[in-house]
Amino acid sequence: MPTISVDKAELYKALGQEYTTEEFETLCFEFGIELDEDTTNSERPVVNSKQEAPQLKIEIPANRYDMLCFEGIALMLNIFREKAPLPDYRLVVPKNGKLQTITVHPDTLKVRPYVSGAILRNIKFTQEAYDSFISLQDKLHQNLARQRTLVAIGTHDLDTIKGPFTYEALPPKEISFVPLNQKKEMNAEELMQFYENDKHLGKYLHIIRDKPVYPVIYDSQRIVCSMPPIINGDHSKIKLETTNVFIEMTGTDRTKLEIVNNIIVSMFSQYCSEPFTIEPVKIISGHNGETRQTPDLTPRVAEAEVDYINACCGLSETPESICKLLSKMCYTATPHKISKNLISVSIPPTRADVLHQCDIMEDVAISYGFNDLPRTAPNKASTIAQPLMINKLGDIVRMEAAMAGWSEVMPLILCSHDENFAWLNRVDDGTTAVRLANPKTAEYQIVRTSLLPGLLKTIRENKKHSVPIKVFEVSDVAFKDLSLERKSRNERHFAAAWYGKTSGFEIVHGLLDRVLLMLKTAFLTHEEGLDSHKDLEYEVREEHVKKDGYWIEEIDEETFFKGHAAAIYLRVDGKQVRIGEFGILHPTVLEKFELRYPVSTLEINLEVFL
Amino acid sequence: MANVQSGHGDLPSEILQALSQNESILTSEVFPSYKSTDVKGALDRLGSRLMVTYETIDREEAILEAEAVEIAASGSHEARVFDALRKAMDGLTVLELEEAVGDKNVVKVGQGKAFKSKWIAKGKEGRLVASTDSIQDVTREQLQTIQKTRTHPDPKVITDLKKRKLVKMQKVISFKVQKGPKFALEIVKEETDLTADMLASGAWKTAAFKPYNFKSLGADQNAGALHPLNKVRHEFRQIFFEMGFEEMPTNRFVETGFWNFDALFVPQQHPARDLQDTFYILDPKTADKPHAETEDDKGDYESYWKNVQEVHQNGKYGSIGYRYPWAEDESLRLVLRTHTTAISTAMLHKLASKKGPDGRPPPARYFSIDRVFRNETVDATHLAEFHQVEGVIADYGLSLGGLMEFMEIFFNKMGIEDLRFKPAYNPYTEPSMEIFSFHKGLNKLVEIGNSGMFRPEMLESMGLPKDLRVFGWGLSLERPTMIKYKVNNIRELLGHKVDLSFIERNPAVRLEKT
Repeated sequence: MPTISVDKAELYKALGQEYTTEEFETLCFEFGIELDEDTTNSERPVVNSKQEAPQLKIEIPANRYDMLCFEGIALMLNIFREKAPLPDYRLVVPKNGKLQTITVHPDTLKVRPYVSGAILRNIKFTQEAYDSFISLQDKLHQNLARQRTLVAIGTHDLDTIKGPFTYEALPPKEISFVPLNQKKEMNAEELMQFYENDKHLGKYLHIIRDKPVYPVIYDSQRIVCSMPPIINGDHSKIKLETTNVFIEMTGTDRTKLEIVNNIIVSMFSQYCSEPFTIEPVKIISGHNGETRQTPDLTPRVAEAEVDYINACCGLSETPESICKLLSKMCYTATPHKISKNLISVSIPPTRADVLHQCDIMEDVAISYGFNDLPRTAPNKASTIAQPLMINKLGDIVRMEAAMAGWSEVMPLILCSHDENFAWLNRVDDGTTAVRLANPKTAEYQIVRTSLLPGLLKTIRENKKHSVPIKVFEVSDVAFKDLSLERKSRNERHFAAAWYGKTSGFEIVHGLLDRVLLMLKTAFLTHEEGLDSHKDLEYEVREEHVKKDGYWIEEIDEETFFKGHAAAIYLRVDGKQVRIGEFGILHPTVLEKFELRYPVSTLEINLEVFL
Repeated sequence: MANVQSGHGDLPSEILQALSQNESILTSEVFPSYKSTDVKGALDRLGSRLMVTYETIDREEAILEAEAVEIAASGSHEARVFDALRKAMDGLTVLELEEAVGDKNVVKVGQGKAFKSKWIAKGKEGRLVASTDSIQDVTREQLQTIQKTRTHPDPKVITDLKKRKLVKMQKVISFKVQKGPKFALEIVKEETDLTADMLASGAWKTAAFKPYNFKSLGADQNAGALHPLNKVRHEFRQIFFEMGFEEMPTNRFVETGFWNFDALFVPQQHPARDLQDTFYILDPKTADKPHAETEDDKGDYESYWKNVQEVHQNGKYGSIGYRYPWAEDESLRLVLRTHTTAISTAMLHKLASKKGPDGRPPPARYFSIDRVFRNETVDATHLAEFHQVEGVIADYGLSLGGLMEFMEIFFNKMGIEDLRFKPAYNPYTEPSMEIFSFHKGLNKLVEIGNSGMFRPEMLESMGLPKDLRVFGWGLSLERPTMIKYKVNNIRELLGHKVDLSFIERNPAVRLEKT
């Protein structure tokens, strides 16, 4: 959410009223913006030996591009408070009837296909308005324009350049000009190097760097106006004294391009000698069917259903009163000429966020006041509560483990590759773990495939605790699974770890027995017909006894201390599966996790008990 | 401790003996050679049986330094010089004096002082002679008094001797002991516990029992414990069950751009989809297009996919859409889910193909509390993982007033009252309402959750009827837990850095109790 700083005194002047901080907070709350800070009583920066005037820092919702500047906030609040009507934005063609033109070359398709333009005539900037004008462009670049990738704005002193303009795309070496606030002329290749480490512009270079051609806007004298989305030319630099402003916008997203145009001209045409007038620019772009006049400030007319609005809001307002409510949210709405259930809503060019009648419905609710809407009983239909079965099963195991004297921990699900594999003396065969593409630290490289790393890290961080430490977790791990739409699946595991002066091997073994007893699973012993051989390894053989239940068999795996580890097998409905293992951790594993005492662990898959 | 006592015999018995002859005793006088800790141990043993009472007396004692001990025994330096000279008839030379006294230093210091006091004088041929018959050795007398009584009636004397480094002060703990109500010369054996043997033998009838110490805690239970965050989660789950909600299958961390964003009408250029905010998956790489994965899933995934594309790209269902070229590749990118709303979306899409008694999708209430992932920079309030609590109500004829009333009931169940609703923006809900409540401790409105009605673009793409409205709300599990338990750093609540003692000692969660 963007935060906009506005001069408190200026804003209250524009609103024609003084507010206490609490009163202004309430106004913001009702309208749906948020007063973040009132700097009246805080230390304010001193610039040019003049202390900054008290500011209001206001958070604007991400869809209200029309409120990213002082002018927009003042206007929208005034309309909401019924102190001002919506301005009537008008396009004014110059007296000679000839529009400025931007002719688009087809090569721009290779890099940045769309351009739009507008002219503000006889503008008179105050310092504040000028600063706001620059700041709005910046805010639009950061938010709506996604760091200039979608749209880039260039503003120029029209009296220093001469149309008709062209929008071209040329090899970098063929573009040469003095960039804004520089002295030296350079070609685009040199320019990209020049700005390589620039704090502000460096981050935009990637947008065009590897393209064969770079976009450029020329005037009729081949003066470079700008090389979007990087920088303007110094020649046409806009100043406080500039009276005729040429605005060009280029982009890759045609819809957002026109939104940006509309926002800029509707916010700043109020400073023109004839307020709210804009001189349009003709775009000639035959090759992609984009020849048109910009900006298009015609309000969009939409219809909204009265019964839909009333039903959603729980109101029974007439079409007329709904229209009146909408005027506070800067619409011009009238009851429909024919249908009693419709209203015609004229949506101003500033409200690009309105896509559907649900947006209009919301504005009716805001205008009425969310907290004033009539409350009704919430129950409509009765529904049946139902837990997720794997969670219910997990809870049984959690309760039993805690009742057996173990403490539950909640480590993170993301971990480093080493923690999950190498540190446990396990090898990643590339088919198990889900790997992240863009983690900010090595702590988050993969989604864990075992609960052990988290348990061991928890013990590592709690070495001051008295021993033995007995911890457990019941939670999900994830595995790659190419047969599924999302190419992966979760698996609910139960794991426990003992840390003490002795290994705790039998105690961990006993916890397994206890939990499986509670899950009504019988222990199968060798006397009951189990046949274990050294060469059996972990394969489960068909000739094992037919009874359902679990049994354990010694394993020799690097994770564990030799002779003190076992795989756990389960047979349900005659189907046999290895569900996990327990054992004393190998001393090299302890070393990796910085543990001084022996550790025994247990980990089993719970999904099989569903 | 036992050996120390045995070295001195049976101290408790000795104390009882001493008391039998005196109304009260001072241990430092009667048992000067015992350490005060041993004395206290013995007194406590007797005290717990009510055989004695005692009070502790802290006081300072004057102790002689090594030099002072010598003075007390043999006299001050000047007195020794005088004595030697008085014994010699004709006086002594300095060398003879040194020989007679037997200590050069004593002579050196004593000679000067003796002159000063006019006890000695110079005689013939430089010999030293006594100039009086008898003297009074005050220093020696003072030190002897102190040696005996460990103090001196004149405090100025002690101050003076301390200055002269002859005496130092030492803190002494002593006990004034008196007979207790159960005073006796013999210590009766007291039982500490009632045992099965006593019951069998009847010994409990005559046995004396040691009084239980009601001032200390009982024995440690070595109890197991559930994690505080899961205890709060349990409470939330109960609230959902009380209100008829079905738990959603959120056991799926990996989602696609489609389910996590596109299906929710989040445009493909939305900042939430940035690498800065979302974890993308390197391996496996690309998802399949949405399709049914179980036989009972009768959902129409092909139309759904097309609808989502159209509503983004060109607009549909009365919406003008976002009007940008929608990319399939972006939709098939795998991500770690950034919210459980990805699962709600899948549930609502399944709901669209269900038929209630009237042939239309039946009303439904869903909830989940599970882990979500954000590519955040970790700090005191942000982790790359946290838990999202999410509720969804789908019903015909829902209104905002009913939903606000529902939120009142929901939050009242955890002791939160007087909600305020603020208009907000969320790409997939319209209206969107932030839920605030007045926090008495912080004395301001605090945001406790987000809510809204899912957009028709999202719902109608699934094939849900237009008049089925769906309300969703969410909050994090960590935030209310942190406020409740006054935890300032989320890393002390979730993850491996949590203190096990915090887990073990955290009380049961009763959200409704404020």
